[in-house]
Amino acid sequence: MAERYSSFERGGRGWLWQRITAGFLVVVLAFHFFLLHFVNHADEVTFALSSARMTDLTYYSLMVLFLITATFHGVNGVYNALVNQGLSGGKKRVVKYTLIAASLVLVVQGIRTANAWAGFPTF
Amino acid sequence: MSESYDRGLVEDFGRWREFSAGMWAWVFHKFTGWVLVGYLFTHIAVLSTAISAAGQTQAIAAENDVYTTVITALESLLVVRILEVGLLAVAVFHILNGCRLLLVDLGVGLDSQDKSFYASLVLTGAIVVASVPTFLAGVF
Repeated sequence: MAERYSSFERGGRGWLWQRITAGFLVVVLAFHFFLLHFVNHADEVTFALSSARMTDLTYYSLMVLFLITATFHGVNGVYNALVNQGLSGGKKRVVKYTLIAASLVLVVQGIRTANAWAGFPTF
Repeated sequence: MSESYDRGLVEDFGRWREFSAGMWAWVFHKFTGWVLVGYLFTHIAVLSTAISAAGQTQAIAAENDVYTTVITALESLLVVRILEVGLLAVAVFHILNGCRLLLVDLGVGLDSQDKSFYASLVLTGAIVVASVPTFLAGVF
């Protein structure tokens, strides 16, 4: 029988979601780099220019979705890398919930930042 | 039926001289992934200065609000521009090798997985070199 090298849980959906977010991120990360370094230049950034982009609801929604998928993909990748290195038992649970908490903080802070540009409440 | 493939432990980095192309791709994908997730947290932290700037209409109009000031100061540093080129290299490789991994997962082009890794490296190098003038513009 073939050895199983995957660090994902057998029967879990982590593997599938890592791939689905990857497909989305391939396109949106390339777009993000292109728009903010080649169309607009990083050294010309001002609050007003960032705000002008973010007041467009389509752009705002895309960036919020980008934030959520990138956070999931990155943090899930870190978790899988650690499991791959042999993380298990109680430590695995502690790491899992620490990463979930860090992800929530990142997503909330990212949305507050997007809201600051869009003119929405930053709560 | 799936076949057994004994690649040995890629985690045992001491035997790096024996690594095949696919194992290097695994190592580079992990490394670039760690860099990108680290950058994501840093990126949001820096951009969060926009929260303090929001509502300061006069400062925003004069372009001396805290967000604009912080980004402009960072972008004036050569080391930041060089790090951005490094970030581009890491992101482009992760994207290209990620496409390669999606194809491998779907069983497409398995026989050429080593060649597609080399292609990812070459294409990353070409895109990064071509982007250097844009990334360094205005810093000198």
